[in-house]
Amino acid sequence: MSYNFAARFLLAALTVVLISGCGEMKGPILASNGDDDSGPSDSLVAGGSSFAYPVMNHWTSYYNKETGVQVNYQSLGSSGGIKQFTVKTLDFGATDAPMTEEQLAEAKDDVLHIPVVMGAVAVTYNLPGVKSRLTLSGEVVANIYLGKIKKWNDPAIAALNPSVPLPAADIVTVRRADGSGTTFIFADFLAKSSPEWEKIVGVGNSLDWPADSIGGKGNEGVAARVQQTKNSIGYVELVYALQSKLSTAAIINQAGSAVIPSIATVTAAAAELTTIPEDLRLSITNAPGEKAYPMAGITWIVARTKMDNTSKALAVQAFLTYILSDKSQATADKLNYSKLPPKLLELARSKINKISGIN
Amino acid sequence: MTPASSEIINVESRTPRVRRFKAVASTILRRNDRIAFSISLGSGLLTIALLAGILYQLIFLSLPAIQRYGLGFLISSEWDPVHKKFGALPFIYGTLVSSAIALLIATPFGIGTALYLTELAPRKLRGIIAFVVDMLAAIPSVVYGLWGIFVLAPFIQESIAPILQKYLGFLPLFQGRCDGVSMLTAGLILAIMVVPFITAIAREVLLTAPGELKAASLALGATEWETIWKVILPYSRVGIGAGVVLALGRALGETMAVTMVIGNMPEISASILRPGHSMAAVIANEFREADSAIYLSVLVEIGLVLFAVALVINLAARLLLWRMRGVAKN
Repeated sequence: MSYNFAARFLLAALTVVLISGCGEMKGPILASNGDDDSGPSDSLVAGGSSFAYPVMNHWTSYYNKETGVQVNYQSLGSSGGIKQFTVKTLDFGATDAPMTEEQLAEAKDDVLHIPVVMGAVAVTYNLPGVKSRLTLSGEVVANIYLGKIKKWNDPAIAALNPSVPLPAADIVTVRRADGSGTTFIFADFLAKSSPEWEKIVGVGNSLDWPADSIGGKGNEGVAARVQQTKNSIGYVELVYALQSKLSTAAIINQAGSAVIPSIATVTAAAAELTTIPEDLRLSITNAPGEKAYPMAGITWIVARTKMDNTSKALAVQAFLTYILSDKSQATADKLNYSKLPPKLLELARSKINKISGIN
Repeated sequence: MTPASSEIINVESRTPRVRRFKAVASTILRRNDRIAFSISLGSGLLTIALLAGILYQLIFLSLPAIQRYGLGFLISSEWDPVHKKFGALPFIYGTLVSSAIALLIATPFGIGTALYLTELAPRKLRGIIAFVVDMLAAIPSVVYGLWGIFVLAPFIQESIAPILQKYLGFLPLFQGRCDGVSMLTAGLILAIMVVPFITAIAREVLLTAPGELKAASLALGATEWETIWKVILPYSRVGIGAGVVLALGRALGETMAVTMVIGNMPEISASILRPGHSMAAVIANEFREADSAIYLSVLVEIGLVLFAVALVINLAARLLLWRMRGVAKN
């Protein structure tokens, strides 16, 4: 009897331990162990930037058709991509913000930042009765979100839009509720345009919003809120704004010209950079150049210079060569992403052969 | 005794084969019993272990945040991820207030619907209405959220808020500009989501109210309303209370529908027409792009607080129910 009870108890306890024993919060173990044979591995696991997910998905499916190599790209978000890349569950990651020094230290090995595509943030608004496109500057947008400009007919907005009949209505500000690279680029540009923004708010994926503002979840949440709320202003990814045909504001750039957000003006933002850092961790908000749209950003692929196995390293090299080819870059344009300008593309390509296997 | 059954008994007692079969069968049954017992015990322990495991993980992962911010975390209302200053108060406040609004609205509606279904509705209609109410519980929360964004929020902004402000605008509860998404919108969405829980349980409980009590009350000359109010409801209040607690549990943890309509603004405002935030919503929104270890730890700690708040409220409600049951017995 006591033996029976002990056996029963053990069985029960074992079940419990088996299931609860999976402690440690780790990402899913995704990376398949590629064979260290000669030749590139035929599967790669990657993930990160959800902004780049549609274009990465497009590239990986065509790459699979053309070469038979499977690249599994997961939309984890940039921070998620960096975390999983750091613990080596991903062969490479993709991020909209370059890795910070803290993150690089955590990854231990040499990490390459390879720009692959560009994106931008568009300011969208809902002003019934206003047909013509608004023009705004970084300082004005910063003051709107700081709560210093409260009405649409504020002299600062009127000065930029002399011919537009602006209503005397309260401005309702809408922003992202979820942490996002879109917020990062938006805040980065505002910090460069307004010292007060830099001091009070700063730059990050999520912010401490200084004035009352409604948080929408995702681009679609912000867009829905702006469309539902009269006299509102918000910001969304350019790809999203173009696809949903939202009204977007022209933004005054460093050279002083009002630039409409478009695929071409975003590419232009990285075309006339005078100094590009060696590690390619560059910011292209408020970039120089007549045609440069000032709220633009880069998506990087992050990869290790020394990967654990050679076949994976060769496969990553081959895939990067594919997506940085002129043909792949041209398809990015068709999906409303902006391709890299020639000079930056050259620099990106020059990084590919720095990836190698350990053995 | 019928001839057939006596025959069976005879056969049983006569043939040793049947007796052997019975013995084997009972051994198998006993073994099956033991296996069933082990599985039940295992499942029971597993549930407890899961709870303990989740609690352990939550505490373990939130330790860095607990060490860094201490108890001040619970009473600070600052939320600044850039400068790594975090406080959970606006989220705790939002979760509690939106759930309270939901229960204030859903409880009378839920009980009313249940009373209608058990006492008043024509018999033919009862099944159909009960089915429709149950269907409300089957709608995914994201669908409620979409409906909230496109229908409820504009309706509140254009119709409800102006009326509230016109007649009750002197109360701080209804002051300030309403942009559609607000604490009230979240509370209303939650109310619709939890009504079926209250109705379903209240209906079951009301059905168990003895017909004799009702008949006696009516025979004494009480009206139907007096019978419901003074006899049936007091008899059923413990069970109905349990339904409300279940609804509260659902309201506290609801994430998707709430984040779509609450406005996601980490501020504490006296007005329920202003946007707010909730614990579940901030975790879901900011977890993905939490870019530093301490930020992640803070979000896990909010999960721990949500867990604790849900636990405390559940325990308190249960205590209340026990006391009510005690009173009901006396």
